[in-house]
Amino acid sequence: MWSPRRKGTGVTSSPSDGTSPSDGTGRSGVPASGGPAARGSLPTPGPYDLAVIGAGPAGLAAAVTAADSGLRVVLIDASERPGGQFFRHAAPGLAPRNKPVHHKRATFAALSARLAAHVRGGRITHLLRHHVWTAEESGPAAGSEGWTLRHVLVDGAPAAPTPADGIRVTTARFLLLATGAYERQLPFPGWTLPGVVAAGGAQAILKDSGALPGRRIVVAGSGPLLPAVAASLAEAGADIPVLAEAASYTGYASRPGVLARNPAKAVEGVRLAADLLRYRIRLRTRSAVVRAHGTDRVEAVTLATLDRDWRPVAGTEVRIACDALAVGHGLVPQLELAVALGCALRTAPDGTPAIEVDGQQRTDVDGLWAAGEPTGVGGVELALLEGRSAARSMAAAFHGSGSGRGRDARARAATARRRRFADLMATVHRPGAHWPQWITEDTEVCRCEEVTAHDLRRAHELGARDARSAKLLTRAGMGWCQGRMCETAVTCLVADAADGADAADGDGSAPLVPARRPLSCPVSLQDLADSTPSADAGPTATPGASAL
Amino acid sequence: MDLVVIGAGVVGAACAYYAAEAGLSVAVVDRGPVAGGTSGSGEGNLLVSDKEPGPELELARASLRLWIQLAQVLSSDIEFEAKGGLVVAEDAEQLAALREFATAQARSGVAVEEVGPGGLHDREPHLAPGLAGGFHYPEDAQVQPARAAARLLEAAGRAGARLFLGEEVTAVTTTPEGRVSGVRTARRRLLTGAVVNAAGTWADRVAELAGSYLPVQPRRGFVLVTEPLPPLIRHKVYAAGYVADVASGEAELQTSPVVEGTLAGPVLIGASRERVGFDRRISAEAVRRLAAGATGLFPVLAQVRILRVYCGFRPYLPDHLPAIGPDPYVPGLYHACGHEGAGIGLAPATGLAIARQLTGAATDVDVGPFDPGRLTEAAGARPGRGS
Repeated sequence: MWSPRRKGTGVTSSPSDGTSPSDGTGRSGVPASGGPAARGSLPTPGPYDLAVIGAGPAGLAAAVTAADSGLRVVLIDASERPGGQFFRHAAPGLAPRNKPVHHKRATFAALSARLAAHVRGGRITHLLRHHVWTAEESGPAAGSEGWTLRHVLVDGAPAAPTPADGIRVTTARFLLLATGAYERQLPFPGWTLPGVVAAGGAQAILKDSGALPGRRIVVAGSGPLLPAVAASLAEAGADIPVLAEAASYTGYASRPGVLARNPAKAVEGVRLAADLLRYRIRLRTRSAVVRAHGTDRVEAVTLATLDRDWRPVAGTEVRIACDALAVGHGLVPQLELAVALGCALRTAPDGTPAIEVDGQQRTDVDGLWAAGEPTGVGGVELALLEGRSAARSMAAAFHGSGSGRGRDARARAATARRRRFADLMATVHRPGAHWPQWITEDTEVCRCEEVTAHDLRRAHELGARDARSAKLLTRAGMGWCQGRMCETAVTCLVADAADGADAADGDGSAPLVPARRPLSCPVSLQDLADSTPSADAGPTATPGASAL
Repeated sequence: MDLVVIGAGVVGAACAYYAAEAGLSVAVVDRGPVAGGTSGSGEGNLLVSDKEPGPELELARASLRLWIQLAQVLSSDIEFEAKGGLVVAEDAEQLAALREFATAQARSGVAVEEVGPGGLHDREPHLAPGLAGGFHYPEDAQVQPARAAARLLEAAGRAGARLFLGEEVTAVTTTPEGRVSGVRTARRRLLTGAVVNAAGTWADRVAELAGSYLPVQPRRGFVLVTEPLPPLIRHKVYAAGYVADVASGEAELQTSPVVEGTLAGPVLIGASRERVGFDRRISAEAVRRLAAGATGLFPVLAQVRILRVYCGFRPYLPDHLPAIGPDPYVPGLYHACGHEGAGIGLAPATGLAIARQLTGAATDVDVGPFDPGRLTEAAGARPGRGS
């Protein structure tokens, strides 16, 4: 019978691992006890000093900074290429038309070059197209503290298969979560029509392939992403009749000091304003698309003015013809792994959950750091700062040296300044309490399971008060996206309305409770069954890791 | 108010339903939503097949009869389905043990029929080849547990019960003589002469609030949920080892494959048991073993993807029997908890028994073996002792 305390089995790779090394050189990094040294013939076998999950700005910055400090790093990301959503760039041979839509190209080029150098030098092992489905603390029986990550290769034929494709388990002493964020959507009648696309998604497709979702595109929703999206789409040749922002930008003026201490943000705002002007994009604040019209495809949208609680004001509706609508309401941190690991969380001012970290990006779980959007949506500069800061903290912990030298103190001050600006942004763009007034009873809220607003209001009557109980009563959130698309709306619709408010509105400002998704992505039963016995089975040398 | 039920899971809902039907004025209070605890974390089993002859089997059989009645009264969205259970043996030794178990159950009135190795595939075409045989239990059934709880509460509401969700009970008050006099939440005070503790895995805290003691402990389980599939698996199918795991009190991880389809399409895969407190972190080892067990029984599932994993905490009492009835120390306090993994199945009979006790009527099942007094005496506990 299998014993959970059995040590040193050394069996770590899945049967599908076709990369088992054949010689027995036993290089450094192969654990002294347990796993047979014979497994470690490739340049950088585990356990690693550090595993970074996510190769966006925060993860990239952290990985190269930690590698600079001598740590052996494994960088794992589900994408085909590094860069995450922000540094998203076209596949080779698909150069974007016109001017580059790629932001902060120089920053990314520098990070990419450092990454490539560290990969060549064996300091960083880069696992592309790997999706980590679970992270576990390696038990004391494993003989060393640290983390065991289990991952699968993402679906689809790889552009170029690599020897690392078969790796399913990675172990590391420290773990950094830089898992990014996904878009927040608030439904409205007609939002399921073809031609209605996610704002960030539209930008991603543009960066990938240069394709536009339409020729005349309304951009709507809320958040700092929208002006950038509108400018990108316009730059690529689209006509943008209006940019509708549900919040009021005057919110930024309520904290002038924060803006003054973040001059780069002010400059960025001015530049975006100039872009809007250049492309003749009309900005309408306190406005929302309350309906999309069309039969086979969106043909027009109705725009309405909102009051300060995002309640549509009767009589303000105008109809605007378009053939596409790019819509988004900010970002939600991607927290599956953090929630599964039991990290302390906070509710950010925009109502989304975020990982609670200290000034060095440490979570309350030993050996676990977090950087970038998972600690609260804050944009690329903050993500880069946090990634570097986390790396310095981890290097100090690894080498047993203190932290807090002058440079670190300055970096921490800069991070704190940016964080204050991010919090201000989050406050300004938090959805108002009464946005549910623009949805109708038959508006589909969960698109995967076709659950309507009526179904959810009925679930509230039956005793649902949060997204989880609503899911159990209506199936909302049980489909392929596992609620990532509808969770905000579901949460708001089944929340208790404030005293005196219309119960049917729920609470449009209700904070999003982080969903428990112990599997961070779908995994086949075969892959689950083939995953190696738990970390307690012994120290695991990760076989077959190759420098890419 | 005649009665305050603490807990809006399926057991609390059943207590409220039968008490309200009996004419009592009832309030249900829960710190969370309906079915926010263990009721919302399981498969919704209504099983007789896994129970050896004895008081729990009798309670299960009575409860199943009530579920059949409730399925006529409540909305069809509770998805009651008398799908039947199929217990399979891998070898002759397991088959002999199953046969002995089934024979004893049949003497207690359970409908059960032996299925030869050839007959297994007539009933479940996708079962792995090479199994030694099995037993078919036509009475085993299933409901969608969260909706069952919600619809029971809705029906209780029609009979006058009131529902206070999102309100944690902060105190169970008593008279100078020590009798229950009411409960307090942050928002209100409810005066009552009777409180039913239906707080499931958290029932020890409610007992403590009331000045009593109940040694409920969490026994963690994971359920894997697949992507929606066309009908592949007709019965609840499980391996012989499941019966032994259910009866065991081991703290260490135990898994035995339990596989079943649902009307909505996804296949549910259990069952793991381990006593690790309220640790919600996923156990990759538990998940691995569940997946291996399920693909062992149904190789056809190998390439099917798991979309989500539920984690739940079965309310476990040391002798594996629920606590149903009056508290031995605090007059007016009743317990209806500790059903471990069988709470959905046992809920109606539990609720009916509590309602009968409250109204002074005779219960139609002997609930003596479930008397909460057995636990406090066995544990040598005194009122007010912390758990």
